[in-house]
Amino acid sequence: MAVRPLTGNYAVAWGARLSRVKVVAAYPITPQTTIVEKLAQFIESGEMDAKMIRVESEHSALAATFGAAAGGVRAFTATSSHGLMYMHEMLWWTAGARIPVVMAVATRTMGPPWNIWTDHSDIMGQRDTGWLVMMAEHNQEVLDMTIQMFKITEDPRVFLPGIVGLDAFILSHTTEPVDIPEQELVDSFLPPRRQPYVFKAGDPLIMGNIPSSLEENMKMRWDIHRSMEEAKKVIQKVDAEWERLTGRGYGGLTECYRCSDAQYLVAGIGAWVGDMREAVDYLREEFGVKIGVLKVRFVRPFPREDILKWASSVKAIAVFDRSVSPGSAGPLFLDIAAHLMASGTMLPIKDLLAGLTGVDVTYEDIANALLRFVSEVEEMGTVKQPIEWYFGR
Amino acid sequence: MSEEHVLPLARPQVGVSGKTGTWRVIRPEVDHSKCIKCALCWLHCPESTIDIVEEGEAYIKIDYDYCKGCGICADVCPTKAIRMVPEG
Repeated sequence: MAVRPLTGNYAVAWGARLSRVKVVAAYPITPQTTIVEKLAQFIESGEMDAKMIRVESEHSALAATFGAAAGGVRAFTATSSHGLMYMHEMLWWTAGARIPVVMAVATRTMGPPWNIWTDHSDIMGQRDTGWLVMMAEHNQEVLDMTIQMFKITEDPRVFLPGIVGLDAFILSHTTEPVDIPEQELVDSFLPPRRQPYVFKAGDPLIMGNIPSSLEENMKMRWDIHRSMEEAKKVIQKVDAEWERLTGRGYGGLTECYRCSDAQYLVAGIGAWVGDMREAVDYLREEFGVKIGVLKVRFVRPFPREDILKWASSVKAIAVFDRSVSPGSAGPLFLDIAAHLMASGTMLPIKDLLAGLTGVDVTYEDIANALLRFVSEVEEMGTVKQPIEWYFGR
Repeated sequence: MSEEHVLPLARPQVGVSGKTGTWRVIRPEVDHSKCIKCALCWLHCPESTIDIVEEGEAYIKIDYDYCKGCGICADVCPTKAIRMVPEG
């Protein structure tokens, strides 16, 4: 093992290299570009035995990645923002075909206006495609999850593609010390490639033909949903196995920080979970507020059971969303609220829409918003407004 | 495969998408006496529903179970041996 300074994007590239990816197809888009630049460099220097396919669009990037994967090899791509939107149709085809593929998404807001900074509009727009979707908090998690995601997606109980999300610039272009595992360790962790079928020359097979039965077609969608539920167990197991090998485990689908005595929870995804930890430490030390951080690692499959467990002993939950479904609310809030209510857990829950379009959010901002949330609940037993836009202090 | 999944897969075979000939609103009819056996219709048919059979006076045979009635065969026929007539 060797600790090296790596950007989030280089951590992704190392993860793909160590997973012995054989085909990379990609189209450049900020802030993802340096992922595939690094992979191109690895391939050119002979450090990585893979083919790089340069394509004319993101739609083709995922189509080529899917094609290679359907042909039986580990394949990888990466994109962001408008590129991910252009790819969106192929996300449905890849998941519907049940072909495991891993993609990194350096999350970036959507235009207009043109803007390269982070929010989660792009990645949260893929929730319904049938891809596993996770968000990393730091660059070590980025590298570890790129490798883990191959194992999760290639498990026969899952056989679905997966996205590793990392916030633009906050992770993608920020250098942190990252432990790069030995190739032998990763080889012992990742089994040979598994997938439900392989396209082979001389053995014609059709994927995606007009269905002879619509009921059978509906069962395909049910099977994706069922496999997502199964994926929860696989994610836990793979994470535990990675922890045994490297000493680094992430709690599976969620992690709850300072939650054992918590009366309040703040929930979030991605890099700003690190800021939430600082905010919670600060609120506990300065104000004696018993609050913990619910780090949601996987958006799909959604960790319903974990959320119910962590929420069972608290008074109220604040959810930070870095994207919004205009006319409704933030997607993380909607999922958490829906699953809590559906299970009969009724408690005040507040959606804090912050950091959209890349607006900087510091731990002081988070602490400030949480302090107001806690006072509302303490004074009134509920929240004034369940959905609130936070533009800063 | 250790787990059974419901997959969108099929093996290629005749009629895997059903009898697409039912989509047809005009049908090609062949006047074999005008046919010069050039096989242009066979070459151009996008659905491969024309076979070269050489049975009696018929040089070609159209499979009406799958012919969608696009009319390309009639269009390319140099002697107008194929004409499109309304169905029904």
